[in-house]
Amino acid sequence: MEDGESLRSRSEEEAGWQQAGHPPSSILHPLREHPLRQPFWLPVWTLAVRELVRFFRQRTRIVGALGQPVIFWILFGAGLSGSFRAPEWAPEGMAVSYQEYFFPGVAVLIILFTAIFSTISIIEDRREGFLQGVLVAPVPRTALVLGKVAGGAALALIQVGLFFAIGPLLTLAGVAPTMDWTFTPASLAAAVGFAALLALALTALGYVIAWPMDSTQGFHAIMSVFLLPMWLLSGAFFPGDDGWLSWVIRLNPLTYGVAGLRRLLYPEVTLGTSASLPPLGVSIAVTSVFCAACLGLAVALTRRRTSRDAR
Amino acid sequence: MSAAEDDRTRGQTPLRTFDSEQLRAGEPQRGLTPSPAVAIEGLGHRYGGRRALEDISFEVARGEIFGLVGPNGGGKTTLFRLLSTLLPVQEGRASVFGRELANEPDAVRRAIGVTFQSPSLDGKLTVRENLRHQGHLYGLSGLALRDRITRLLDRLALSDRGGDRADSLSGGLKRQVEIAKGLLHDPQLLLLDEPSTGLDPGARLDLWKLLESLKRDSGVTVLATTHLMDEAERADRLAILDRGKLVAIGTPEELKDSVGGDCLTIRCRGGANPQVLAGRIAEHFGVTPQLVDGTLRIERDRGHELLREIVEMFPEPIASVSLGRPTLEDVFVARTGRRFVAREDGGDGREDGG
Repeated sequence: MEDGESLRSRSEEEAGWQQAGHPPSSILHPLREHPLRQPFWLPVWTLAVRELVRFFRQRTRIVGALGQPVIFWILFGAGLSGSFRAPEWAPEGMAVSYQEYFFPGVAVLIILFTAIFSTISIIEDRREGFLQGVLVAPVPRTALVLGKVAGGAALALIQVGLFFAIGPLLTLAGVAPTMDWTFTPASLAAAVGFAALLALALTALGYVIAWPMDSTQGFHAIMSVFLLPMWLLSGAFFPGDDGWLSWVIRLNPLTYGVAGLRRLLYPEVTLGTSASLPPLGVSIAVTSVFCAACLGLAVALTRRRTSRDAR
Repeated sequence: MSAAEDDRTRGQTPLRTFDSEQLRAGEPQRGLTPSPAVAIEGLGHRYGGRRALEDISFEVARGEIFGLVGPNGGGKTTLFRLLSTLLPVQEGRASVFGRELANEPDAVRRAIGVTFQSPSLDGKLTVRENLRHQGHLYGLSGLALRDRITRLLDRLALSDRGGDRADSLSGGLKRQVEIAKGLLHDPQLLLLDEPSTGLDPGARLDLWKLLESLKRDSGVTVLATTHLMDEAERADRLAILDRGKLVAIGTPEELKDSVGGDCLTIRCRGGANPQVLAGRIAEHFGVTPQLVDGTLRIERDRGHELLREIVEMFPEPIASVSLGRPTLEDVFVARTGRRFVAREDGGDGREDGG
């Protein structure tokens, strides 16, 4: 605690400044250190909010991250509906249209795109110097990662929420077939919660890819050869439950994200199990581990002080 | 709001309060304080195979305005990045207020305010938003933060720009906001990288006035890099870096005195060989002119007498002779044998003389 003596002397000093025509400088009082209190949640909060504010000030990003998947959904849905066979996990007598099948895949694509766009900004932040400003602040590196990832994940969740609302509207407009899902508040909350977990995981994955990069072109390359194939081979676009493909799908962590979301969309139907549709428990477990691994890797990368940070 | 209230709002209890008299005195106080603002010992750095910094040792006293001068590529920015905790310490050691850069980066980070050469502002956010985020990163929040931002903007005459997007500001104003960012959390040491790049002369003057008042009123230690020698003159002390090495350190006066009495610069007529002239001057007057970039330099006490004699002896090959008190550029030339070329464009800035 302050003692009275220094309190008085400080206010006298300030008064002296004002009389002398000097406004008190930004430095309002003698210098000090705060060795005990390291802000953690405040930086997380502020970095996440910054992501959101930046996003909504760049309207075109909304179009990119939400518009493209929705267009895919309508066009692929219309084009492929004729050649689509109901997947082997669909119970007897259940008619699954391609658009209905594709719906959770598109939701995951929206999450993936948003994660990519929001983590690509790490590269821009580094180039523009904002990141260096954060790195020289006494912000725990874990807080930096969490802030960035939580901001990106929140954006992804908002857009998935919009898609969940838009989907049925498109059905009303006649560009999508009827999907008879019966949501309960609990199942909806579970679906949103799972989408949030997946959003954290994919944003953290994007962070890990973007952190060491010095150009956005490099990120686009990784997106084409790694992230999009990962999505294609996750049961999002086609079931692929036979042959070597089924093994790739089984080994792909994103498969468990798509499957978890798919199962949570059918709270009242018992679906079968296949390579592309593992059980719910397994899906949640694998997605959680995947998320933790990506976050851990992101923190480890960020903690290293390297010459790259100074660029 | 008083300082103490401000503190309570932040919920922070200062564990160590420096003696304000001591900090405010302004004069370097080497040896009196427990630990200097900056202490560097045998510091070196490599980028891959390229050596950027070699065996640098010096101290910066508390309350000093310290300049790091040198041509671009001389190592000052590397040193700046090491001190700002961006680069890992590879060789040697460095501490800020007694806290080791290598082991206690967060303690160092709390003590320093950093102003980068390229603005670290988020252009999509307003000036106030930028400052608010910055405050949050340092654990400041709420009314105390808002109050501080308002005062800081007032202080820097930026009050009417608080709501503008950072993108819409001129280079000079961006730099001002950048400095406001660096000052927001009460740093004890302000690190500035090329703070006057892109500023017009008026803004440059304002910047130095601000730095001087920070030092005087708040006891802030300032360490600024610059490639402008006339700017370096304003520092209390400065270190000259060239090719990663420390070539000189001292007050501007000490450094200039170290060069010797006067400085003669002789420019030859086209067609005349400066090397030949140098040889003849050496023969006649027993001084060895330095050949720098086609001009001859002579350091000498009572230079005016020598000047007259040289011009009388060799009227033909000489185009012009200038006589001056040594400048910091002369110090650079004397220590490195090369001309100091300051460029705004951030080019290499080195030219090898004769």
